[in-house]
Amino acid sequence: MEELSEMKTPGETLVEIKNLNKKFDDTSVLKDISLDIHQGEVVVLLGPSGCGKSTLLRCINGLEKIQGGEIILEGEKLNEQTKRMHLIRQKIGMVFQSYDLFPHMTVLENIILGPRKAEKRAKKEVVKEAEELLQRVGLLDKKNAYPRQLSGGQKQRVAIVRALCMHPKIMLFDEVTAALDPEMVREVLDVMLKLAKDGMTMVIVTHEMQFAKAVADRIIFLDNGIIVEESDPQTFFTNPSTDRAKQFLNLFEFDAI
Amino acid sequence: MDFNFIREYVPYFIAAAVLTIRIASIGISISILFGLLCSIIRYFRIPILHRLIDIYIELSRNTPLLIQLFFLYFGLPKLGIVLSSETCAITGLVFLGGSYMAEAFRSGLEAIGNSQIEAGLSLGLTKSQVIRFIVLPQAISISIPAFSANVIFLIKETSVFSAVALIDLMNVAKDLIGLYYKTDETLFMLVSSYLIILLPLSIAFTLIERRLRHAGYGN
Amino acid sequence: MQDMGIEVLFQGRNFVRLLEGLWVTVRISVFSVIVSILLGIILGMIMTMKNPLLRIITRCYLEFVRIMPQLVLLFLVYFGLTKMFRINLSGEISAIIVFVIWGTAEMGDLVRGALTSIPVHQYESGKALGLTTVQNYCYVIIPQTIRRLLPQAINLVTRMIKTTSLIVLIGVVEVVKVGQQIIEASRLTSPSAAVWVYGVIFFLYFIVCYPISILSKRLEVKWRN
Repeated sequence: MEELSEMKTPGETLVEIKNLNKKFDDTSVLKDISLDIHQGEVVVLLGPSGCGKSTLLRCINGLEKIQGGEIILEGEKLNEQTKRMHLIRQKIGMVFQSYDLFPHMTVLENIILGPRKAEKRAKKEVVKEAEELLQRVGLLDKKNAYPRQLSGGQKQRVAIVRALCMHPKIMLFDEVTAALDPEMVREVLDVMLKLAKDGMTMVIVTHEMQFAKAVADRIIFLDNGIIVEESDPQTFFTNPSTDRAKQFLNLFEFDAI
Repeated sequence: MDFNFIREYVPYFIAAAVLTIRIASIGISISILFGLLCSIIRYFRIPILHRLIDIYIELSRNTPLLIQLFFLYFGLPKLGIVLSSETCAITGLVFLGGSYMAEAFRSGLEAIGNSQIEAGLSLGLTKSQVIRFIVLPQAISISIPAFSANVIFLIKETSVFSAVALIDLMNVAKDLIGLYYKTDETLFMLVSSYLIILLPLSIAFTLIERRLRHAGYGN
Repeated sequence: MQDMGIEVLFQGRNFVRLLEGLWVTVRISVFSVIVSILLGIILGMIMTMKNPLLRIITRCYLEFVRIMPQLVLLFLVYFGLTKMFRINLSGEISAIIVFVIWGTAEMGDLVRGALTSIPVHQYESGKALGLTTVQNYCYVIIPQTIRRLLPQAINLVTRMIKTTSLIVLIGVVEVVKVGQQIIEASRLTSPSAAVWVYGVIFFLYFIVCYPISILSKRLEVKWRN
């Protein structure tokens, strides 16, 4: 972990993952994963499908039961199904591949639901903040639209705003552009880049290699449920140290015919 | 057609229709609440209770209302439980309707994907808030077509209430045919009464469904 | 309770008589279902035709039959037809007529639904493979239609069996009527017979309908995809 501190001046540790083990029935999907995520850091998880990267993300949000190890957010352990789980989750924003806006609510209602009901904040203040955030992602004019009236890229930007409005300490992005048409990928990635620049702590699972290179402070390469390689993006993309990472990166190259 | 006869006996049909509507509204309202309760118990797999409700639903859906009513009205008094005609009718309707409403509601609940629940949880909502603000509103609107079909079905089922001595439309019709042999006029009034009750409802439900479909829920 | 009403069931031929009554019920339903399925398939195909007049007529028929309680339909046929044509219809014949009219409407709508639910590209991909129209129907369309249709058609059978309980109200001697006769006959000897007799009839209906609805559910789950 020493070389990490040289990569970027890391803030204090926000999330500590210690010896995490996760099984689906008898198959181990995460084996003894240990990982620290620091304040203000952008960590990108890469790896072939089925390597466990989405599962790892879902564990951090307590959406998966874990079979061993612990996950600690700001000194609080979250792997038990505590009554406080919803309070811990308020500090974690998550955006999903399938957007998962609530179809029966307008854009604005989607955004203010969490702050109003989970955090019991005043409506006026929340609406004001929601509108400012929508303005920032260029969707203020859609605030009264229903999700079905939006394009995929717009839905995903709303989903990001919905998570941001809770003032999370950390944001988790689970393949958020995987379901989008290619021309809409950019608008979502731009929003994420801007967030990273503003100092948000982020953990991102993605298949967009160019984006990963641009946004990441640290790349974690997972295969078969273990962390195979961990390095800064420059090193990872130009000079990966393991064969498995090389093979993986080769998948994205085409040879000229 | 003997229009004087019709004019003379229309008030009987109106009174009977009012009775039918009153009992149907009470019975159906309770059925909806009861069905909702049952479907929630099944959804959360509350131990023991959900098994009992599974059994109840199968019993209720696989037996005719008439027999349920006969049992309540003629059978139970022999065990010392005497129910009035009206109580019997309402109890029978709820016994039947509860299971139909529960099934309608279940299909709505099952249509809400797990990812919606996870999205709600990851916003930091508690489980019960997720149910209240995210699952239930969507489940209800998804089950509206099945709900409305059940409402019509249950109103139609009320036609057997004459068998437990309620003076409903069928009972009035039977009496008039038996007493005066004015079959045409009586049947005309009988059919008209049901049309007047059911046709507007059926049209209204179709319109609501069309609007819902237009709204097109789901991402 | 001094008397054991349950004994009534086993006196003489009482239980056998109940089963015979049940057989009348099942017979009427099965016969009506078979006729309804045949007529319903024809009706369903007519309903998918583009002819506006046919559409209006079939639609009115369907809506009227579906909106009227089955007991009203029974009254219309049992009292109305009898008077109109000055014929004497037995309760059983009236019941069969009503169930066929009703079943045909329900079945027709199911067939229509199943036919129109097959997406156009299924017809097209069959054609694209070079199948003739007949081959296309035999191998592609009809098997899919049946999978959509059969579970609901089976479900219609249970609905029909349950509805046959109504025919006691127009005087057909079936299981409920037999039950009433038994209760009547033992009024003095065992006053609590009603509980047992109606309880047994309740479970008889359940025993007949439950397996059929299980079958329908199984098929639906199996063929959903």
